[in-house]
Amino acid sequence: MTDASFVNPLRDETDRRLPRVAGPCALVLFGVTGDLARKKLLPAIYDLANRGLLPPSFGLVGYGRRDWDDEQFADYVLQSVRERARTPFRAEVWRQLVEGIRFVTGAFDSDDGFANLATTLADLDAVQGTEGNHAFYLSIPPDGFDQVIEQLRRQGLVDKQKRNPWSRVVIEKPFGHDLASARALEEKVSSVFSSDSVFRIDHYLGKETVQNMMALRFANQLFEPVWNRNYVSHVQITMAEDIGIEGRAGYYDGIGAARDVIQNHLLQLLALVAMEEPASFEAGNLRAEKEKVLAAARAPRDLKSHTARGQYTGGWAAGEKVKGYLDEDGIDPATHTETYAAFRVDIDNRRWAGVPFYLRAAKRMPRRVTEIALMLRPAPHLPFNLNDTEQLGSNALVLRIQPDEGIALRFGAKVPATPMEIRDVTMDFNYGTSFAESSPEAYERLILDVLLGDPPLFPQHTEVELSWKILDPILDYWARKKNAPEGYAAGTWGPPSGNTMLERDGFTWRRP
Amino acid sequence: MITTLKGTTARDIQNAIMRARQNVGVASGLVFTLLVVAPASDYDEVFDACVEAGREHPSRIILATDGSARTTRLDAELHVGDEVPGEIVALRFHGELRDHKASTLLALLLPDSPVIAWWPREAPEPVASDPVGALATRRITDGMGCADPLTRLLERAQGLAPGDTDLTWTRLTPWRAMLASALDIHQLPVTAASVHAADDNAAGLLLASWLGSRLGIEASFTGNAGPGITKVTLTTAEGDISLTRTDGRMATLAAPGAPTRAVALRRREMSALITEELRRLDSDQVFLATMNHLAATMMPGPDAAKE
Repeated sequence: MTDASFVNPLRDETDRRLPRVAGPCALVLFGVTGDLARKKLLPAIYDLANRGLLPPSFGLVGYGRRDWDDEQFADYVLQSVRERARTPFRAEVWRQLVEGIRFVTGAFDSDDGFANLATTLADLDAVQGTEGNHAFYLSIPPDGFDQVIEQLRRQGLVDKQKRNPWSRVVIEKPFGHDLASARALEEKVSSVFSSDSVFRIDHYLGKETVQNMMALRFANQLFEPVWNRNYVSHVQITMAEDIGIEGRAGYYDGIGAARDVIQNHLLQLLALVAMEEPASFEAGNLRAEKEKVLAAARAPRDLKSHTARGQYTGGWAAGEKVKGYLDEDGIDPATHTETYAAFRVDIDNRRWAGVPFYLRAAKRMPRRVTEIALMLRPAPHLPFNLNDTEQLGSNALVLRIQPDEGIALRFGAKVPATPMEIRDVTMDFNYGTSFAESSPEAYERLILDVLLGDPPLFPQHTEVELSWKILDPILDYWARKKNAPEGYAAGTWGPPSGNTMLERDGFTWRRP
Repeated sequence: MITTLKGTTARDIQNAIMRARQNVGVASGLVFTLLVVAPASDYDEVFDACVEAGREHPSRIILATDGSARTTRLDAELHVGDEVPGEIVALRFHGELRDHKASTLLALLLPDSPVIAWWPREAPEPVASDPVGALATRRITDGMGCADPLTRLLERAQGLAPGDTDLTWTRLTPWRAMLASALDIHQLPVTAASVHAADDNAAGLLLASWLGSRLGIEASFTGNAGPGITKVTLTTAEGDISLTRTDGRMATLAAPGAPTRAVALRRREMSALITEELRRLDSDQVFLATMNHLAATMMPGPDAAKE
C-alpha cells in the first residue's frame, strides 16, 4: 500500500504542530527484566503512547526466560510504568497499549522460543495490524547478541534486502571491547541487518543534547570566532558518576571506565564539539563531519605522561561509608580494571592542532556531572597590577550535559567597592530549572527515532571503529603495564596521576 | 516565595521582583512574557495552567483580573522561585484601572523577548486592536471558552490578524495527527469527509474546515450530543477510514483491510493546551488557511453549518 508517489494531502511542511506518529509496528524487547528495561524503556514506551506518538497498530513483545503469560508480562510492564513513567498514568492510554502486549518464553538459543516468537509476531500482524514491521531491541549483555541475531535470521524474522515491511535492530553499548571485537560484532550484525537498520544506542547522548549543542554552535555568531586554537587553550570533557558499580560487577569488571563510557559517550561528545559545520543536519552529512574529526583525533604520543587510571578505595563518599572497588561483591581482588580513566586526545587538523582535549570518566566521584569545558587562553596583556588580577582564572565556556543541562560562561569582573580587584564570575544559562520534568526522556526520542527509521544521531559502525582506534593504543599500554591502577579515595576527584597529567601541560582540572 | 503588594504601581512591582530574585537566587533565562487576561472567577484554574506552562517555558507570566469597581487601586501578588522556574505576577485591577491595564503591563514586559497574550475565556474582538492585545506579538484566544463557541469562531475567522491563534485549533492536534498518519498508511484518495461533534463544538467545525481545505472536497459538520468530537469519517474507494470516540477518552480506528484498533484520544485540560500552544511561537500557516477556508465557506452565519 505504500507508494512513493502518493502525497498525503493532510500533511504540510509548514504544519509544525503535527507530530510524526510512528507507523504500524511491533517492538520486540530482549532483556525485559533488566534494570534498563524496567526503569527506562518500558516507561518510555508508555510515555510515547501517552503523548500520542505510537500508532494504534502497535505491539510490544517481551522475550525472556521467565515463565510468564501475556497478562503477567502486562502486569510487570504496568508496575514499571506506574513507578517510573514521566507523564501521568491514564487508563485509556494503558488500554490502547495493553492490547498489543505479548510475552514469549524462551532462551536466547532456543529454537522453540524463537519459533514461538515468529508465530506471535505473525499473530500480532493480523490482530493488531502491525503489518510485519518489527524492531528488535537487544537490551542484553553483548555475549547474547550472536545467539539472538543468529536465531532471528534462522526463523526468517529478518530480511536484509526488504525495506517494506522493515526490520530494525537496536543494540546498546558496549559496541565491542576493542577494535577487533567491534569489527567482529559489526560483521555479525551486518550479515543479518542492513547498515541503516542498525541503531546503536548511546543514551547519554540524547537527541535533545546533541541538538542543543548544534544550535549553540551553528545558530549563533557569538561563539564560532573563538571556537578554535587561536582562543581555546585546551578542552576538558568530564563524566563523573557519584555511584560505584552498584551490583553490576559481572558487567563492569574487565570492562572499566574507558571502555564503558569514554569509547562511546566521551568521544561522541568530543566529535560534536570539535567537528566542522555539517552541510546540513541530514544523517549522512552530520556523520561525515563526526567521522572526519574522529579520524583526525589520536591518542597522545607520550602514553606514560598523558594517561591516568585509578581504582576507588573504601571510605566516606558524600556522607556515606562505601566499599572500595576491590571489596565490592563479585570483584576479583586482583583485578586491574580501572574505575577512573583519563587521557589526552590530540586532534591533528587546522582548527585544533596544539589544543589538547582531556577526557576523564570515573565512578565514585564527589558528584554526578557530565560537562565539556572550553578553557580560553589568557588575555594577551593585562593592563592591571598583578595583585588586581590575582583571583582571575581563565575564561571558560562550559556546556553542562547533565544534570540540569545548561551553558555557563566564566569571565572576570570587578569586585564592587574595591579600588580594582578582578574576580571570576559565572553567567549561567539553564535549559529551564524544571525542564527535565516535561522535556522528553532521551529514551523516548531514541525509541521513536527507531520506530520512525530516523537514524541521524545514532553512531554508525565507522564511528565506533574510529573511536576504538583512538582508545586501543591506550588500552594496550595499560594492559602491558601489568601494575595495578592507582588508588583514589571514594568521593574524591581521582588519583594524583590524573592531576599531574594536566600539570605537565601547565593546566589544572576545573572543579565541575 | 510569595510577596503581596496592596495598592501598588508597576515600579514597585518591578522592584519587588528584583528583590525576590536576589533572595531566592533565581537565574535569568526567561524566554517570554505571557499576559493572561481572565475573569476573577476562573483565577484558580488559570493560575494552575500558568504554573504548568511556566514549568515548560520559564517565563514571566502576568495574570490580570478585574477587582471591585469602588476604588481605583492595583494589588499584586508575586510568585518567584517556589513552584515555577520563572515568575508569576498576579495583578488585580480595581476601579478605573480596569480600563487601563495595558499601561501597567507595558512597564512589566521583559526586555527583548516575545510577548504573548492569552484570554482563556471571552476576548475582546478583534484581539489585535485591543490595548493588551496590541502589546503582544502572539494572541491566543479560546473560542470554546466563550458562551457561544461557534459564533465566536466564525467571528474570529473573519477578523484574523497575523499572530492570532485559538486553542480550538490546539485541541485538534491529536485528531489531526491520527488522521494524517491514517492516510500515511492507507494511501487512498478521499472522496468525502464528515465530522460529527457536539452541537456547539467549535473544534469539530474547525476540523471539518481543515479536512475541506486540505482534501479539496466539502467536509460536512453534523451536530449531536457529544461529548466533543464523536466521529470523523474519510470515505475512499476501498471503504471508510473512521475514527470514533463516544466517551471523550477512548477512540477506535477502523480502516479498510485493517483490524479495528483502540486509540487513546483524551480531551485535554487547559494546562496541556496552553503548554502545547506556547511551544511554537512562529506563525501557523495551516491555521490561517483553515480559518480562511472557514470564513469563505461558512459565511454568512453560523446557521449555515451544513448537515
